[in-house]
Amino acid sequence: MKTGSGIELTDQQIELLLGDLIDRYGYDFTDYSRASFKRRVTRLMDQDRFLSFAEFRFRLIDDASYLTRFVEQVTVNVTEMFRDPHFYRTLREQILPVLATWPMIRIWHAGCSTGEEVYSLAILLKEANLQHKAVQYATDINPSVLQTARAGIFPLSQMKQYSENYILSGGRADFSSYYTAQYSSAKFDESLGKRVVLATHNLVSDGTFNEFQLILCRNVMIYFDKALQDKAMRLFYDSLETLGYLALGSKETIKFTSMAHKYKQLEGRERIWRKIA
Amino acid sequence: MEHERRYELLVIGGSAGALQTVMEITSAIRSTSGLSIIVVLHRKPSEDDVLVSLLAAKSDFEVKEVDDKDDLKPGYIFIAPPDYHVLIEKDRTLSLDDSEKVNFSRPSIDVTFESAAEIVGERLICVLLSGANADGVAGLVTAKEKGAFIVVQDPSDSEFPVMPQQAVDQVSVDMLLNQNNLNALMSILNVSR
Repeated sequence: MKTGSGIELTDQQIELLLGDLIDRYGYDFTDYSRASFKRRVTRLMDQDRFLSFAEFRFRLIDDASYLTRFVEQVTVNVTEMFRDPHFYRTLREQILPVLATWPMIRIWHAGCSTGEEVYSLAILLKEANLQHKAVQYATDINPSVLQTARAGIFPLSQMKQYSENYILSGGRADFSSYYTAQYSSAKFDESLGKRVVLATHNLVSDGTFNEFQLILCRNVMIYFDKALQDKAMRLFYDSLETLGYLALGSKETIKFTSMAHKYKQLEGRERIWRKIA
Repeated sequence: MEHERRYELLVIGGSAGALQTVMEITSAIRSTSGLSIIVVLHRKPSEDDVLVSLLAAKSDFEVKEVDDKDDLKPGYIFIAPPDYHVLIEKDRTLSLDDSEKVNFSRPSIDVTFESAAEIVGERLICVLLSGANADGVAGLVTAKEKGAFIVVQDPSDSEFPVMPQQAVDQVSVDMLLNQNNLNALMSILNVSR
């Protein structure tokens, strides 16, 4: 793949880089989807104007602060509030009423990025009067996105789109009542973030840490190869109560994984599965 | 004929004004060609599968929107879903990617052309159709370097000539596609295996 500076990474160079990341920093990207990983690295080298692979590799090994940028840029942190509104409509109408029958509701956002989905779900929980007995655990490999998630401050320019999504998801309140506009930012109501626990968690290397009734991991596993998807699916299985729900992105499926037979997909076209065995 | 070599993958990229031509091409290819087809069209996110139905109605290929890690099987037309880039892995599976837009586009034609070229090389055919932006051109440059067969819709025959015109200006094109030579393209593609 080409960069603006004309550098084309070989598979061998990618292997070197993967080795460095494990040996030097303990970050294991080996089982990330190779096509996407290579594209992200090439893009970063181009953005930061490295003239050669050797120079890039040296910087990454030599400068630990550059690792932070590497992880930020190579992992994908694109997200939005109420993305795929019909998905949130299904959560609102079919999933939350079932969760409401549990005395305590524990939810895990695995790969929460900057937290837009966490705040979306917080709004749903509030509107369903479930906020007092629900705790959302939101984790990501990347510490810097968690700071954004903690602040609950998102670009004001996005609010028109989010508001439309919210209405399409079945929301009836005035969406703008959930945030305060400040210059170019929208700061979400602090009460929405009150029962949210944020932590770093690496789906490659970290284990289960609780039992949940709902796990959301949307558009995270597309960046994993099949072997790592399988591993993550086992982690989710171990972290889910029987009859709990697993929600994936709208183009993700569990059918290629060894856990497929332990779940039953919800009727309709939503990518939501219920643990049945 | 120099088209002795067998092609494995056809990637069709298009934007404004491309749908009609996509349908003309896909309806004329037979699944006995053994090809896999990926269609990358810029379009609005929609909640229905109109495009799947449209293409399936006139093709003996199986037509589906890409699910992550689908096998790139012959006899299938894979459509890039709105809001995802489509990449090809070495093991001939398809990966989705929802990172930043490229050329203001997601899916981006460049991303799929480049990825396909890297994996499939000279067993790849890239077709770039009508459109009003510059997506696809850089991908064609890469694909050409990797030995792919490059087809571009004749700008004078395109509803929106900007995209194919930029391709013609920057890439040495193997075939300019117009109303009169679709059959020639089909004779290249419909080689039974």
